[in-house]
Amino acid sequence: MEISFQINGENRSVQVEDENTPLLWVVRDVLDLKGTKFGCGKAACGACTLHVDGEAVRSCSYAVKFAKGKNIVTIEGLGTPERPHPVQQAWVEEIVPQCGYCQPGFMMATAALLSKNDHPTDEEIDANIINVCRCATYYRMRKAIHRAAELTRETNLQSTENS
Amino acid sequence: MLFIGLIASVIFMESNEVASMKKYKPLERDSNITTEKAYDQVMQVLMHPRCMNCHPTDNVPKQGDERHPHYFDMARGENDKGFSATKCAACHQEENNDYSGVPGASHWALAPASMGWQGLSKTEIAKRLLNPSTNGGKSHEELVEHMTEDELVLWAWDPGIDANGQPREVPPVSEENFKIAVKKWFDEGAIIPSEK
Repeated sequence: MEISFQINGENRSVQVEDENTPLLWVVRDVLDLKGTKFGCGKAACGACTLHVDGEAVRSCSYAVKFAKGKNIVTIEGLGTPERPHPVQQAWVEEIVPQCGYCQPGFMMATAALLSKNDHPTDEEIDANIINVCRCATYYRMRKAIHRAAELTRETNLQSTENS
Repeated sequence: MLFIGLIASVIFMESNEVASMKKYKPLERDSNITTEKAYDQVMQVLMHPRCMNCHPTDNVPKQGDERHPHYFDMARGENDKGFSATKCAACHQEENNDYSGVPGASHWALAPASMGWQGLSKTEIAKRLLNPSTNGGKSHEELVEHMTEDELVLWAWDPGIDANGQPREVPPVSEENFKIAVKKWFDEGAIIPSEK
């Protein structure tokens, strides 16, 4: 079965035997985008978080058939080394990762949050960012999320002034 | 202006009722259960974890047959569908996922807060169910349609496997018998036995 979608700005088609194959497997093993991680495989840890039509989705629990015609963004498509996404920039500034394995999922969840709320409170961060980090980098992540929100607001302000 | 609005509302309500009446299928008279038995069967289903877990009274969905709070502090959030960036749909899709063991069905969400049932008695649940001010303005016909046709309600009999690959328990009354019991109870006036 062929399933087509847009991923990180490119139109791609994949062949799968089982339309219920998790999107995560397709992203990593078929499209070779290894930034999105396999953590628990049960939609619990959030390491596999990516965006589908702008919404954060746990891709280990998302059948690839549901991605048909959708717009997918993975950590590789969030920004570039030259123009990092505010979340990526904040993560670097605050030196968030320890082992780093879970961080792409956290960053994608944070980017989804900031796209809807560029001034989240601690309570809103706690409610929305419920991924799991076994290195317990939560304190640094909270700082980075607030910094990313600040950068996002600056970016939004510049966009408004330029328009 | 107010009068015109009122008339329009009445016409709208009536047309909705007519629409729901058209879909409503009366009970087949060959079922021989009593109305009390029908009520009891309906309540056995509504109070089962497959239904009750998403009808909390504390805004926290429950999981499993032991009804533990949903992991990771998931809660009602906005519009009963979770939080702005972590919605129910971040994990729950249109159908059960046999790879992850995450359940799914159409419009996965918590029942409205006014339809919180956890910790209530059968009588209290029945009153909330029947009261239009708590049931979302539903008539008896609309309740029958919701309870016997809504995909999320009927998910209870197709709940898939859990995170350990084990089949989830289904309600103690079969889907077919539940539908018969719902229609029987409503056809006979939806009388709550303790309120007779």
